[in-house]
Amino acid sequence: MSTSNPTVPAVSVRDLHKRFSGLEVLKGISLDAYEGDVISILGASGSGKSTLLRCINMLEIPERGEVVVDGETIGLRAREDGRREPVDRRQVDRIRTQLGMVFQNFNLWSHMTVVENIIEAPVHVQGRPRADALREAEALLEKVGIADKRDTYPVHLSGGQQQRAAIARALAMHPRVLLFDEPTSALDPELVGEVLRVMCTLAAEGRTMLVVTHEMGFAREVSNRVIFLNQGVIEEQGKPVELFHSPQSERLRQFLSGYRGG
Amino acid sequence: MDIDFLGATFVQLLRGVPLLLQLAAFSIAAGALLAVVLALMRLSGNSLVDAVARGYVFVFRGTPLLVQIFLIYYGLGQFPEIRQSPAWPFLREPYWCAMLALTLNTAAYSSEIIRGGILSVPFGQIEAARACGMSRSLVFRRITVPQGLRVALPAYGNEMILMTRATALASVITLMEVTGIASKIISETFRAVEVFVCAGAIYLLINFVISRGIALLERRLSPQFEVVPAPTAIPKLAR
Repeated sequence: MSTSNPTVPAVSVRDLHKRFSGLEVLKGISLDAYEGDVISILGASGSGKSTLLRCINMLEIPERGEVVVDGETIGLRAREDGRREPVDRRQVDRIRTQLGMVFQNFNLWSHMTVVENIIEAPVHVQGRPRADALREAEALLEKVGIADKRDTYPVHLSGGQQQRAAIARALAMHPRVLLFDEPTSALDPELVGEVLRVMCTLAAEGRTMLVVTHEMGFAREVSNRVIFLNQGVIEEQGKPVELFHSPQSERLRQFLSGYRGG
Repeated sequence: MDIDFLGATFVQLLRGVPLLLQLAAFSIAAGALLAVVLALMRLSGNSLVDAVARGYVFVFRGTPLLVQIFLIYYGLGQFPEIRQSPAWPFLREPYWCAMLALTLNTAAYSSEIIRGGILSVPFGQIEAARACGMSRSLVFRRITVPQGLRVALPAYGNEMILMTRATALASVITLMEVTGIASKIISETFRAVEVFVCAGAIYLLINFVISRGIALLERRLSPQFEVVPAPTAIPKLAR
């Protein structure tokens, strides 16, 4: 991991707006994630939490607002149709290598083995020597506990194993920040634990993580800040202890009571 | 059954095989290149570019190949611009007219097969590649092509076999490939059944080799189904 000025946020989001065909999903979101922050983003479905994450690495282009990664603003310019596009795709590509992303549906490349999935971006995007990438991939597989699945294709893995491979793939690029988009939502209940354990290890290492999740246990125990999104705005945020024990807003109280009951 | 005549005919027809293979190989290769361009035009998102490719496919899929061959062979010479162009030494030859017609025709069909292959790649995998910082061309080369090719291959193998058979139509503009030679032998001997049985056997043999080649390629392109830990329905379907 690169060590840089701790006073500059690793990721900073300013006044983000995003709409999908008339529906305004994000209505002005701002947040700063500093080195070592583990931020859980909570909210009901449709609250815009996945969209927020996807705007950070420009999988969705916000209509307004800006994203700053490690002090560098991602350049966007207006198009004729009122939306925006990147000024320089190469800048976006470069910044994306600093933002490792883990998806709800794993999205491993199905024509490659686990180890090939992991070395793909280091070798072909970052131009690292294949032998180095392989050595590191093996260490990462060891770390996420699927070293024996090195040469297996994704179709032959369980969901939990696939997601752990996907985490190893994200780590292989040495990203500044890890973005998790509901990493356990597509898993069978008995497989959630193995993925959460890996995520806890990463948090304990001091990695910067933004985690969209429905796992209240993770949000409470592992993250140092929790953000509650409601209808495209940050309704409430703070330390997990404060949010979980004395929620200020009615919406958050309702949201949390849904989990306590269940 | 006149074995001697069948044997002699077979040997005579074999002389048409090199021309048949040239026609098939060239038109399939050149047609594939054009097809990739057409498929990318269809997927470009630019409505004008899309419409051009769509129109091309409509015309070449909607008219018989035989008509296309005649139009190119008899029609192109009508235009002084073409007769004076540097391409004329080629375009006045029936050989290149057949090549051109076969290429343009297969490109139309293949572009749709390739487009289907590209569209079959799960979008999540494309997104994962982009999220890793891959450029568009790198995503296309490393993720889309290997997976799309595997999906497109069965249909594309069909198209290759169809093209190999379609070379027979080149005989109508005087080319002496297998069917051309067969027609000539028949006009001399009036033994149509025996001659066409021989000709059919040759096409069958060539297409057998092609279909085996495609099956081999299919297996090589789907290594994820090679080693199967438990018997499931998927590997069987993949063969």
